[in-house]
Amino acid sequence: MAFFPHLLLATLEGLVTSAVLALTALGLSLVFGVMRIVNVAHGEFFMLGAVLAWAITITLTGHPALGFAVALVLSPLIVGGIAWIAERLVLRRLEYNPEATIVATIGLLYIIQQLALTFYGPEARPVAPPFSYRIQLPWFGYSGYKLSIIAASALLLLATWFVLTRTRIGLVMRATQYDRETALAFGIPVGRVYGAVFALGAMLAAVAAVLIVPIQQAHYLMGLDPLLLSFIVVIIGGLGSLRGTVVAALLIGVSDGIISVFFSPTLAKIIATLVVALVLVFRPQGLFGTATK
Amino acid sequence: MSAALTISGLDCFYGEVQVLHGLDLELNKGEVLCLLGRNGAGKTTTLKAIMGLVPARAGSIRLGERELTSLPAHEVPKAGVAYVPQGRRLFAELTVAENIEIGLMARNKGNAVREAVLDLFPLLRDRLKQRSGTLSGGEQQMLAMARALCLEPDVLLLDEPTEGLMPSMIARIRETVAALRERGVSTILVEQRVDAVLPVADRVAFIENGRNRETVDVARLRDDPALVRRYVGVG
Repeated sequence: MAFFPHLLLATLEGLVTSAVLALTALGLSLVFGVMRIVNVAHGEFFMLGAVLAWAITITLTGHPALGFAVALVLSPLIVGGIAWIAERLVLRRLEYNPEATIVATIGLLYIIQQLALTFYGPEARPVAPPFSYRIQLPWFGYSGYKLSIIAASALLLLATWFVLTRTRIGLVMRATQYDRETALAFGIPVGRVYGAVFALGAMLAAVAAVLIVPIQQAHYLMGLDPLLLSFIVVIIGGLGSLRGTVVAALLIGVSDGIISVFFSPTLAKIIATLVVALVLVFRPQGLFGTATK
Repeated sequence: MSAALTISGLDCFYGEVQVLHGLDLELNKGEVLCLLGRNGAGKTTTLKAIMGLVPARAGSIRLGERELTSLPAHEVPKAGVAYVPQGRRLFAELTVAENIEIGLMARNKGNAVREAVLDLFPLLRDRLKQRSGTLSGGEQQMLAMARALCLEPDVLLLDEPTEGLMPSMIARIRETVAALRERGVSTILVEQRVDAVLPVADRVAFIENGRNRETVDVARLRDDPALVRRYVGVG
């Protein structure tokens, strides 16, 4: 294949990675931004989303699109519900202490992972894509489903941006993010906001997983990579910044796609880690984050 | 005169450190009560305890007939208490309009209240889309008061509202407090400086080591400067 088609293919693959990564990382970033806690179990919510998508699609017979559509709605709702319960039962009782919640979410990670291993098993299982249309470009054919992942992710990111910046719920979330105590003094039920944000963060991870599982397969250990990449994205973009998360996800996803195709996936990971190190040294608040006063 | 707010036997702690020791305080309807005292005396903690931001371990805080200590913190503003914290504590990344919206949401107030508050601070009307963190100190204080007044409170708590402001702005804040008194709003004003208190307060409570040592009419404060020296150390 000539250079340009090769580059186009690598960029498209990178954009698919970016799309899923942006959604997953946005969930992590929101939870940290508003609640000031690092959710180490975030990748497991991603994994749960994929596993539930598999369970729903094999339960519903008929056209794959039907099962997939149901999974796209139900799976994030179930994962959001589980996250909300975990927040009420564990994080709230720890009064959102930063150190204690890290330990607690590590515990949550292992509990979810081992429950998935027990009830789902160690196998990687495929989920049928809702459609298998191929778009024929002049140089190669490309999966229409993969392009739809990019479009769906862009729509969801826009919807999240709209909710955060143009609605009362978003205003309440941002006020809580900037000053918890003053938010309380103005009647904002901060505890309920925290529960909702933790559930929303997990739902974003789950929806990303449902979108990607038809091209990646569901596996009980699949949460680790999204977790690490999400940390890389939110550190580069700036914790709590939606714009930073999207830009960093594009940067990491597309560069990962291109470098993996032209050089090696290992080099892509080395460069991403190096960028994180440089950001931590020279701009610890991230590219779009606000320095802590 | 009937009490708008009554505090009795209030004990508050930060961790294991007791800050308020059986504090008693009474705020009459429509009066401006000033809390004076040295740094660390417990003035700000008293306001935070009223707002439920520092939990009361013992004692009671009654707003009229309603006990506030049993309410979750986010229900206290809904009961009719508004708070202007020390240092303003605006949501600096939000615009002026969004800060005001937060104030209105607390008690589901609508456009009429918003307009009335903006009439009180007309300068804010031109700054509605500006990020509040970029306002000057005086403008920020106006916004902090405007945000609190959006609740149409029965009781207003002001923590050092004149701190770091130029004289013209201090005069403007005094006028606002006086105008609110005319409307029947009861105010607790925390101040460090006696000269900031005299023109606006009706009574003064001297807070020392987490206790209300003495509450006096402001006239007595003018006649007896030794009082201020005793509890505040200047005067």
